[in-house]
Amino acid sequence: MLAFILRRLGTMALTMLCLTMVVFFMINLEPNLRKLSISQLDMRSSDEHIESWLVKNGYRQNFFVRYGQWLGVWPKYPNIDPATGAATSRFTYCNEPAETRFSGVLQGDFGCSTKFKTTVAAKLFPALGATGILMFWVMVTMVPISLLIGILAGMREGTRTDRSLSVAAIATTATPEYVSGVIFTVIFASWLGWLNGSAASATGQGITFYNFTLPVMTMAIYGTGYIARMTRASMVEVMTQQYIRTARLKGLSFGSVVIKHALRNALIAPFTVIMLQFPWLLTGVVIVEVMFRYQGFGFTLVEAAGNNDIDLLLGCSLVSVFVVLFTQLISDVGYAYLNPRIRVQ
Amino acid sequence: MEHIGGFQIFLGVLARFWPVWLALAIVMGASFVYKKKLGLYGQLFDSGVGIVGVGICFFWLFTAMFAGTIAPFNPLAQIPIMKDAMPGAIDAASGQVYLFGGDKLARDVFSRMVYGSQIVLIIAPAATAFALMVGITLGLPAGYYGGRIDSVLSFLANLVLAFPVILLFYLLVTPGIMETPIPYGMAGLFFLFPIIFFSALFYTRFKNRPDRVYIQIGLTLLIGGWIYAGLVFNADPLGIVSIKPNQLNIFVAVVFASSPGVFRIVRGLVMDIKTRDYVAAAQTRGESPWYIMLWEILPNARGPLIVDACLRIGYTTILLGTLGYFGLGLAPESPDWGTAIKDASRLLRSFIHPALPPTIALMSFVLGLNLLADALREQSMKD
Repeated sequence: MLAFILRRLGTMALTMLCLTMVVFFMINLEPNLRKLSISQLDMRSSDEHIESWLVKNGYRQNFFVRYGQWLGVWPKYPNIDPATGAATSRFTYCNEPAETRFSGVLQGDFGCSTKFKTTVAAKLFPALGATGILMFWVMVTMVPISLLIGILAGMREGTRTDRSLSVAAIATTATPEYVSGVIFTVIFASWLGWLNGSAASATGQGITFYNFTLPVMTMAIYGTGYIARMTRASMVEVMTQQYIRTARLKGLSFGSVVIKHALRNALIAPFTVIMLQFPWLLTGVVIVEVMFRYQGFGFTLVEAAGNNDIDLLLGCSLVSVFVVLFTQLISDVGYAYLNPRIRVQ
Repeated sequence: MEHIGGFQIFLGVLARFWPVWLALAIVMGASFVYKKKLGLYGQLFDSGVGIVGVGICFFWLFTAMFAGTIAPFNPLAQIPIMKDAMPGAIDAASGQVYLFGGDKLARDVFSRMVYGSQIVLIIAPAATAFALMVGITLGLPAGYYGGRIDSVLSFLANLVLAFPVILLFYLLVTPGIMETPIPYGMAGLFFLFPIIFFSALFYTRFKNRPDRVYIQIGLTLLIGGWIYAGLVFNADPLGIVSIKPNQLNIFVAVVFASSPGVFRIVRGLVMDIKTRDYVAAAQTRGESPWYIMLWEILPNARGPLIVDACLRIGYTTILLGTLGYFGLGLAPESPDWGTAIKDASRLLRSFIHPALPPTIALMSFVLGLNLLADALREQSMKD
């Protein structure tokens, strides 16, 4: 088991290295660098002015040197102003020490956000906290509801309950967040007036039922159908097993067979599926936070990408790639742990 | 401004869709009568879910085909007096009705919804087809040979799958990236796969019959090369095949995001099927590996692949909507559903009518595809 986890961790580290390198390359493409330097100088700067700014701030070093500096395995040098000889920061709003140092992601230095005029860490981590709260409520509503629907549908295959719940589950998977968000806002905010169509106040004044229900509902509904269908499939399979028949023939009631014998075995597959939902949830987070103006991780990512904020976008990419890979790891390890047939091998 | 009532709007919409109803009646009626002779497609008409799924898919297909007849207005035309008009408002100049009202730029919401179906129904199935080609061509050897080739390809597929889709789009579909050769390089790579696939398909089957193999491979290379030149280099000598740079960018991004999923499914199916007796028989006969993969394994994997293709077209539609919703790649005035939802959702507090038609259209199309996939899965399990 330990060797298995270590091997998975190694693959994860390698994947992260490759992915961050690709992301680093894509974000630091020539058009983006030019846009950055123009935004830092002024609109009418000449080409050589732009070029000298890029050289001065270290954007023209070798790609691998720059990647190493961002990662923190290659020293960063201070920008010495040739006229005065004094060291200056890249951007006026972030202080960068005037000595040569190792300072990258590994040391906790994510760089400087040009859009929010602060360090990336100061912007990114509060945003992640806000998204964490959203994710928590989504999980709390989505997982029990979808498991319940899946179990009810899969417990007796082919009945009317099964058919109608399955069609309902299919319908929710056909409704992406930007569709259900609009429909829910129309119904609950514009028409009935029960809920607030914007979660902007949640950041400042705290979360209330009034401003937070719509985002949570919108995000939960897309995943619900998918998890419910997986649970149903796994439940249907378990219910045809010999040991269920034996338990029934022993004279146990249907309810107790479902709860004591079937449920535990049927929930192994949905566990993996729920973990693998995180990449999808990340997309959902971005859509929902933009739609309801909630200042979380997704909102930050869109702001960073839309405003060519290179360091912040790199930080966001690192976080999202890490979340995806880490949940995959948990899903693999957890599956092996929960399923004795795999664990023994 | 004159308005017509709710019931008249309903009748008006039904009447505008007349070519669709006609075509639906003919196709569905004919399919229902001859369902015994139509194989898997005919079996769909045995279940209610299947009929509904097929009906919805055909509805949007015919809407896209007859968009010019159905839509009363040009999707980009602005009639200033109709700005934010309520549903059923009558345009005094032409006497036509804005059935679903006007949007904030005074365009007809109904016409935009109808024309939006064209964009979705061209890009989504085409991108899915390319993703299938890429996934199958790489998934077959990965599953069949296993070993190192499998490790490398699976690692690459997992790399792409570990990207959150939205981040991928923000990196791949930007105006800046159009100045670099990256989208063209990726297009050049992806569009090679169909040519490789069909050449290998014909070569392995007919390599002992030169008279046929030369013609088939020649035709594949000719047609494939022609489309390839038109799509990747925008250099079609006849000027028929062409694609706008921003559409190429979207297309490439969607294929890139969706082919690793196909790869994983094909790989899993091949690993399962290669243990069967008929594969062992073919190996004993001394058939080449690619013949076994393409002519023994692939036809037997078609059931799950067709189901997956249906689901994947729906998923691609959702991805296209996401692109539109974030204003990536598609032109700002484009009538596609995602862009329309983005524009309308910002003004929900004042007007709700421009938001509903595109959302319901997108939802119903994806729902139709999912129902179709579900019915197909049920039918293929019965065999």
